[in-house]
Amino acid sequence: MYAIITFLTGLLFGLGLAVSEMTNPAVVIGFLDIFGEWNPSLIFVMGGAVSIGMIGYVIRNRRSKPWLADKWYVPTRRDIDKNLVLGAGLFGIGWGLSGYCPGPGLTALTNNPMEGVYFVGALITGSALFHFQNHRNNS
Amino acid sequence: MESFSLPLLGGLLIGLTTAAYLLLTGKVVGISGILAQALFSRDRLLPFLFVIGLILGGSAYGIFVEPSQPFPEMRSPILLIISGLLVGYGTRLGSGCTSGHGVCGISRLSPRSLVATAIFMTTAIITVLLTK
Repeated sequence: MYAIITFLTGLLFGLGLAVSEMTNPAVVIGFLDIFGEWNPSLIFVMGGAVSIGMIGYVIRNRRSKPWLADKWYVPTRRDIDKNLVLGAGLFGIGWGLSGYCPGPGLTALTNNPMEGVYFVGALITGSALFHFQNHRNNS
Repeated sequence: MESFSLPLLGGLLIGLTTAAYLLLTGKVVGISGILAQALFSRDRLLPFLFVIGLILGGSAYGIFVEPSQPFPEMRSPILLIISGLLVGYGTRLGSGCTSGHGVCGISRLSPRSLVATAIFMTTAIITVLLTK
């Protein structure tokens, strides 16, 4: 059951990215180019997603636990630390360079495979770099 | 106005999906975190299934939707590699990306996600300004 839900969530999320053209880096860069020929369409993506997302959290706040799990796994930290600021800053630079954030970047493997293999290879390497750096620091 | 109906529809679908996933499983949809779990966690099956679903769903572009503009021509591998490294490392260091912070985090008005989203939007806009 969990496997089906997880797979379908990925599938529908990916479909949402495709329908809204987040999967096309040319559209994303057009959205980020606010001082040039700005394409504001992705505001509607964020607006649509966040408005439904907020309804989800209103319902969540009235329930003691999820329908199919014993507890909520929603992040609870509220502190603004150096890693958050630095990490978000680096991510934004990478996003602006190619127009790929992680989800659309993964879909480039099929939509634009020549670019996809380079981007996803580096995406996994960057993620691994953090993982092993952290692992070493913790042990 | 018509050009905004599909982005809105896609956004609503993304919101509906993340809200349903939250209420069913109690978890947020954060692609950078799910990818890391698919690669490095002990229980890889579920995050791996999510990634496969995401790639399949994301490939529907051009099948259900007429592209409004073509994909970029193959760009420099160096640019794509630097971009991928920054996105991969930065999203882990900053605990999230456009989905985890930008959609799920803002939906619950998390202060960390509001700050992270403001920062990555700013550095992305500056990067596009400098590279275009």
